[in-house]
Order: sequence, then C-alpha cells, then structure tokens
Amino acid sequence: MRRYAIALVLGAVLLSPATRADEFTAADVDRWQGEFDSVAKKGRELWTSGAVGTNGVACAQCHPNAANTHPETYPKFQKQLGKVAQLFEMVNWCIRNPLQGTALAADDPKMTAFVAYIYKERKGVPIDAGKH
Amino acid sequence: MSRLITRRSVIAAGAAAGTLTTLPISMVRLAFGGTREDFSFTYISDSHIQQIKGASFVRNWDMGLKRAVAEANLILPEADFVMFGGDLAQLGKKDELDHGAEMLSHLKGKLHCVMGEHDYYLDLGEYWSKLYGPHWYSFDHKGVHFVVLNSIITTDEWTFHRWPTAEQRMLEMAGLDNPNGSPFMVGEKQRAWLKDDLDKVSKDTPLIVFSHSPLQKIYKGWNFWTDDAEQVQALLQPFKTVSVIYGHVHQIQYNQIGNISFNAVMATAWPWPYPDTYAQAGAHVPVLTVPMNRADPFFERDATGWQMIDVNSGRVTARYQLWDNQERVVGYDPKLGKPVDKRYQEAIVRKAPQLHY
Repeated sequence: MRRYAIALVLGAVLLSPATRADEFTAADVDRWQGEFDSVAKKGRELWTSGAVGTNGVACAQCHPNAANTHPETYPKFQKQLGKVAQLFEMVNWCIRNPLQGTALAADDPKMTAFVAYIYKERKGVPIDAGKH
Repeated sequence: MSRLITRRSVIAAGAAAGTLTTLPISMVRLAFGGTREDFSFTYISDSHIQQIKGASFVRNWDMGLKRAVAEANLILPEADFVMFGGDLAQLGKKDELDHGAEMLSHLKGKLHCVMGEHDYYLDLGEYWSKLYGPHWYSFDHKGVHFVVLNSIITTDEWTFHRWPTAEQRMLEMAGLDNPNGSPFMVGEKQRAWLKDDLDKVSKDTPLIVFSHSPLQKIYKGWNFWTDDAEQVQALLQPFKTVSVIYGHVHQIQYNQIGNISFNAVMATAWPWPYPDTYAQAGAHVPVLTVPMNRADPFFERDATGWQMIDVNSGRVTARYQLWDNQERVVGYDPKLGKPVDKRYQEAIVRKAPQLHY
C-alpha cells in the first residue's frame, strides 16, 4: 500500500502542469531568453571595457560587434596551436596576448559571457565547424 | 626606371654580400605633361598610441608606429614628404600625443598630419594643434594641389551638450561600434572654406584630398562614413583628376565615384573587419575593392602596415607595405577609369585569405 501511495504522489507531481518536462509556456521562453540576453549583455560590457586584461586594450578595439571571430567555425584546426581548438581557447589567446591578461577557465562565468555575446552577434549564420 | 629599395629587400640583401635587390617603383608610369614631375610620398596612419599608466604605453601599438617610421626612413629614393592620416592617440591624451609625436619626429622629410577622432574628442584638437597646426589646410607640391580636411567633427549638440565630461565624450567616440557615437561630418564652415580654396585652383590641376573618415558612405554603424560626403564630393567633381585618401578603416578599400578615386590606407596598430562581415548589419563596401588578407591573430603585425604613394600624372598609386603579407599595389587604370589592384583585381586570381565572411 505504502509503495502505491508513493507512486501515486510521485505520479501526481510528475503529471502536474508545472513540472512536465515537455511542457513550457511563452513566459518560460521569455524568461530563458532574458537570462541569455543578460549574460550576453555582461559579455558585451567585458568586450568593450578591457576589464579582463592589464593594459587597457579591449576586445572591441579589433573586433567591433565581435566581427571576425567566426564562432560558427569552431572547433577548428589552428595550425599555430597544432590541434583542433575550441572558441574559448581563442578567446583566451586574445586575453593573454593583445590584452596581456590571465586566461579564464572554460566555465568561468566571464568566459560564458564572452561566448554568449560572440554568438549573439553572429546569430543567423549557419554552423560550419572546421571551416578556415 | 626608378627603383624602390625597401627594408625587406635590404634585409634580403644582407645575406647576398651587399647586393641590394630592388623593386620597380611603379607598375604603370605615365609621363607628366607640362612642368609637373612624378613624385611620391609616404603615408602612415592610425597608430592609436595608448597609455596604460605614466610612462607605460601599449607595446603592440608602439611597435607598429616605430616599425613604419623605421621602414619609411629606409626608402630610396626618398619620398618628397610624409603624411600621417590621423588617430595618432587612442584617447586624445597629451601623454599619448607626445609619445606618438616623439616617434614621428624621427621621420625624414616634411610631415603633414590629418586629424582623427581619437586625437580630437578630449580637448577638441587643442593640444594636437600645438603639435601639428591647423585642423584643415591646403598646400601645393610639384603641380598637385593637396587639401587636408578634418572630417571627424559632428553636431554641436553631441559635442558640447551631451556628455558630463570631456573624458566621457572621448570614450564614447572612441568605441567604433558604440551606438552612443555620432556620425562624422566635414560641416558647413569647412565646406565653405573648401569651396573658396578650390575656386582659386584650375580644374585641370590634379587634386588630392586627405581625410580621416571616408568621404563616402560605407557603414554608418562603425562610422565608415561622412554624413555630408555627397556635398563634399560635389565640390571635388568638377576637377578632372581627383583622389581622396583616407584612414580610419584600418583596411584596404578603393572606389571610384564620378571623377573621384578613393583609396583607404592601412593602420599601423590593428586591422578592422570589413563591415559586410558583421552578420547583423548591411554595409556598402565598394564592389571594386579586393580585400586585404584576413588577419592571422597569431602574428601581431599581420594586416597592419603603411603605404608608399606614387603620384604619376596626378594619379595615385598606393603601394601597401604589408608586414606579414605580400605587398599590394592599387593604382588608377586610365583605360578603365578607376583604381584597380595590379595583381588581384580579377576574381580568378584572388587568394583564399582575401575572402572574408
């Protein structure tokens, strides 16, 4: 009996509209988009401020609107690195060299913000991993 | 034939027991009529000297300007004069302008300077003027009339009434893609001066105009743009032979509009993407332009450089000295009536790195 009761309670929880995995509302979509946009906005702030470097140089000085970053082509072979590299590795290359800063972890919230901003500016361009 | 000795050829010659290798100074050389003679000048632009703190400056940008000055001084035969195309400083600071001016002071020959927005918006060009004189002016050289414009001014409202401090005004204009910026213009006062200046010049005299921003409309979002470009062009069109040379865009561009040929010059600091590669905006990069190579981020000086400009028969031939790429030569083709790249103009001969996306 007890096992049945648990199953029923669990079933009720799973079937309630708020928790069905395959159901979401327009409000949910708006919230998720808002979360993304706020992270991309943070990325834009970092992109234009030079805050991740030490010499005042900002990403936007060479990459206005994140142009010439080609996020749709990653992962791709970078001959100078001698391997197939991900976008965050190239962001770190720029942080270390032109910005004379310290590399960020791949899952550092600042790196997530950078990548979110780069992809937002490249919206609509077809994925073409490996392209040079 | 005149021969051009470059730093690269000097280095190459070092291994060859002092035999200097030489390059032809121009691919197309036309005889000047009358009393004019062929000559050349060097063009260095967009150095963006950037102060970190005190006597510490961004090394990368310093290296670009130092290298351009050193190479320009090694050119033989010597150029008649040197142009600097604007944006000597990054944020218009006295320390930045002084540091850049110290490097430019090593140049051989007379120097003429163009005002860039990065030189201007902190003190509206006051300190720059102490170093380099008036914001716009003209001069004559060997039968060619040269005009230097300040094309980066904007509305009085934006300049005088929008920002709480001069520092913030400078920062807002310094961000190329900053939506808080404002479109550049030559302005009514300067256009009136230009009209007066040109009224005194015969329409047969070759005319070369220097501006910082393009005197044509390419992409407003990055100020690859001059708002009153058409009105300025109208003053230039009556001349038979007109060239406009501009900086600001940090890339090879060229175009022909009526009688006016346009050439952009490279930056010594860093390259910019072609605006039509920005996926969220439309742009009007001249279809005539064969782009420079895509920059390789692993080479600090790639897609930067400086120029030798030959003035033969009053027409401009720009020889782009590209530090990690083969030189590009863009000159006016009298048969086609427009500037062309001497090697890569036809689509079939272009190289893969010239494709931008």
